[in-house]
Amino acid sequence: MSAAPPPDRDKVAEEAQLRTVWATPEGWRYWTSVNNTQVGLWYGSAAFAFMLFAGLLGLLIRAQLAVPENDLLSAETYNQVYTLHGTVMMFLFAVPIFEAVAIFLLPPMLGARELPFPRLGAFGFWSFLIGGVFVCGSIFFGAAPNSGWFMYPPLATSEQAGIGADIWLLGLSFIEVASLAAAVELIVGIMKCRAPGMRVNLMPLFAWYLLIVAGMILFAFPPLIAGDLLFEMQRMFDWPFFDPERGGDPLLWQHLFWIFGHPEVYIIFLPAIALLAMIVPTFAGRPIVGYSWIVLAAVGTGFLSFGLWVHHMFATGLPQISLAFFSAASGAVAIPTGVQIFVFIATMLAGRVIFSTPMLFAMGGLAIFVMGGLTGVMVALVPFDWQAHDSYFVVAHLHYVLIGGMLFPVFAGLYYYYPLINGKRMSDRVGRLAFWLMFTGFNIAFFPMHLTGLRGMPRRVYTYPADIGWDWLNLISTLGAAVLGIGMFAVVVDVTLNRRRQPRGEQNPWYAGTLEWISEPEENWGVRSIPRIESRYPLWDQENLAREVKSGAWYLADAREGRRETLVTSVLDAEPEQVLRVGGTSYVTIISAVTLGTVFVALTFKWWIVSLVAGLAFVAAVIWWLWTGTGEIPEKERKDIGRGVSLPLYASGVKSTGWWAMFITMTGDGTAFASLVFGYFFFWTIHQDFTGGVAGPGVYWPMAALSLFAAAWAATVGAREVNRRGGVGAARVLLVIGALASAAGCAAALAGPWTTGMDPTAHVYPAIVWVLVSWAAVHGAVGILMLLYCLARSLAGRLTRRHDMELHNVALYWHFVMVTALVTFGVVGLFPEAL
Amino acid sequence: MWRLLPKEVESLWTLFTAPVVWALHFLLSYVGAAVFCEKPGLLGEDFDNLRVAIGLITVLSLAVIGVSALLAWRQWGFGTGDPPHDDPTRRDRLLFQGYATLLLSGLSFVAVIFTALPALFITECLR
Repeated sequence: MSAAPPPDRDKVAEEAQLRTVWATPEGWRYWTSVNNTQVGLWYGSAAFAFMLFAGLLGLLIRAQLAVPENDLLSAETYNQVYTLHGTVMMFLFAVPIFEAVAIFLLPPMLGARELPFPRLGAFGFWSFLIGGVFVCGSIFFGAAPNSGWFMYPPLATSEQAGIGADIWLLGLSFIEVASLAAAVELIVGIMKCRAPGMRVNLMPLFAWYLLIVAGMILFAFPPLIAGDLLFEMQRMFDWPFFDPERGGDPLLWQHLFWIFGHPEVYIIFLPAIALLAMIVPTFAGRPIVGYSWIVLAAVGTGFLSFGLWVHHMFATGLPQISLAFFSAASGAVAIPTGVQIFVFIATMLAGRVIFSTPMLFAMGGLAIFVMGGLTGVMVALVPFDWQAHDSYFVVAHLHYVLIGGMLFPVFAGLYYYYPLINGKRMSDRVGRLAFWLMFTGFNIAFFPMHLTGLRGMPRRVYTYPADIGWDWLNLISTLGAAVLGIGMFAVVVDVTLNRRRQPRGEQNPWYAGTLEWISEPEENWGVRSIPRIESRYPLWDQENLAREVKSGAWYLADAREGRRETLVTSVLDAEPEQVLRVGGTSYVTIISAVTLGTVFVALTFKWWIVSLVAGLAFVAAVIWWLWTGTGEIPEKERKDIGRGVSLPLYASGVKSTGWWAMFITMTGDGTAFASLVFGYFFFWTIHQDFTGGVAGPGVYWPMAALSLFAAAWAATVGAREVNRRGGVGAARVLLVIGALASAAGCAAALAGPWTTGMDPTAHVYPAIVWVLVSWAAVHGAVGILMLLYCLARSLAGRLTRRHDMELHNVALYWHFVMVTALVTFGVVGLFPEAL
Repeated sequence: MWRLLPKEVESLWTLFTAPVVWALHFLLSYVGAAVFCEKPGLLGEDFDNLRVAIGLITVLSLAVIGVSALLAWRQWGFGTGDPPHDDPTRRDRLLFQGYATLLLSGLSFVAVIFTALPALFITECLR
């Protein structure tokens, strides 16, 4: 497939053009960059910095526990330190670091110029940074959360929890927004932006894993957002969701938290294993053995991980048959997990392994992880778990799983992919030293904790008496932690080392076969031209590929129109479908993140006016962002991308990336809604009379609201159809009708509980009804904004008969709102009648 | 006999059929047992009825997974070609999808049996 470019092309000019279009802004404007290379690097550096901060907190914990009756930290400070240690490691390091790596690596790995929504990626990063600094900073004011990283009520709803609990709930909700943004970006990127010919059977395994993980985020994070919402309503306004005296139940929080929390373990673990799936074949010098088996493992783990959450709640008194279901699923998940490890072993056996520094970290990580997996099978068994529950045995288990399954692989990835940042390798000598320090330090620190746990030491105690046999084990753990810390410090030094004098290395220093090694660190354009892919390891199998790509011999080798462009391809066979123009450098992402961040911070301190103003500013910023940056009508229909291929520049409906983004966002939104409905029925199951004798919202208003929402939905779909047939005027009228019907629907929704005088602070039944109808009403209100936005676009000539992407996306949004309305009003209006 | 089966569909989503069946089976078993034990009388008094119900949905789920596996086996060309299915052709892409779907059906089959096992051994709403 090699071909020389036509002679009439001025390739120097082409490159200059591309460089200008993809240029990173200079000076302070550097921070307005949205390119995946910069955003990925910032994202990774921030997550790494948060990890070091949380690591220091971990060392503080170990220092406090080194000797019995220690008074280095007070009990209160200790509570804040361990809570923040866990919270930061999980929410500010483990999840974000994979988003960072993915944003950095995916475009070159898939042969794309950029991910489809670069500004969304940048927005996610800034949200993450602001939320992270806010949560971490709290400890310097003695105001950090102090109830453990899973925030169990009633402790966390009590006065004792202080403002720290609000900081946790609101700060992390904000960060979850960033994760959902990343999920949208990654799913659409992997499904629609692969290089031509990169069929699903040729996709890099990293992409397979990330696709699954992004899908998991959509179903795992929203329950936590729903839980946060209920929790914060209780803390702020005394709605009694978790207060048993008024019909609530603390166990609901545990359910919602762990429906998020257990899949999260795999959301952390799978991307780390994905790194190994890239590293192991390179150093075994052969393709992975059992590609399909890895796909099986990734998909299988993704699903099974949602059937495990109750194994964190074995000691809460649920019926034994319920516990047994989760115990069984916890056993089953060991199958796909084991498959991956055997695939790696088989690949190494079949190849000739080079034990480089990345391989050391990879193998060390696997060894540690297997150990954690084995204790995992132990605590998956209910009777054993009852013995080990809340003891140091669990602390040992979870650190073996997370450090072996995530930290070591991430370090392997760091050593492996570092040359992609600036063309230089990290030091092998330091790397090996760091590995051995970390590996031995880790085992010395955490292995004894199994024993301290079996000897009865509970987790989260700030000190212990001298004479019960925990003292020497704790001292050993602390010494080990210090060695682990020194090892980590060595890596930090190695990363930040000034390498100006080190000569630039080869572009593909490990002789890897996957496409990301084609990227040139000094260029911002991702790939010079987008090749056609014919192998899982194109750099091994497609001779001259790197040279051809670099010489601009492939698709989309120019940026004549001065726009940032990448290719959109079909899901299964990656056939080219569209040239997608992506957003460039902009400060609107920072403004959006800052205003949204202000909303959350202001809410924490109950500054209502500030948060209202910031909220309005955020909505304005987003509308400005959409108006100026999306749905642009191109100056021509098609663009010639070279080699005789010409593609459309505009797509709407199922073919557009925006439609997919809406679909994915609303799937996450629907999951959050389903969690609230779960709450409603949870309260129904635990009470004889779940209404607590309180009058419900009646049937009339919920049914009126449902009818009005249906009218708004029908008007929206009608507007789309009429507009497509050329009836622009009629479409505008329908948009207005839709907005009016929606406004009336929102009012009717709230009128139900309002007219029957339901007091949300009196009992959990009115509270959950209010939450459900408010959820529907807020969605109706957002729907109004969307309809009016379409109307404005139409009036401004930016939405036409042919260019109607916005209308398709808004209609899709309304499909989801219609389902929400059906369920909400059916449940609150009809279900109590059916009893 | 193969004419009894639906026409072959080309979609990424078929990959997820069997795990989705597992998820539904899991959800039904869990919710059924939870409601049975929390709301005595609503779903009957006799625990054995619950066990039989779980048994029935298990058989149904295994059957659906079986059909999914059969379709996957067909997509895989009844095993006529060996993995790794890494040629840049539509045919190899189809074979890969079939093979991966077949593997996932196997895992889901086992996982459904795992989930159903407690109903064999537990005979009351013991806490």
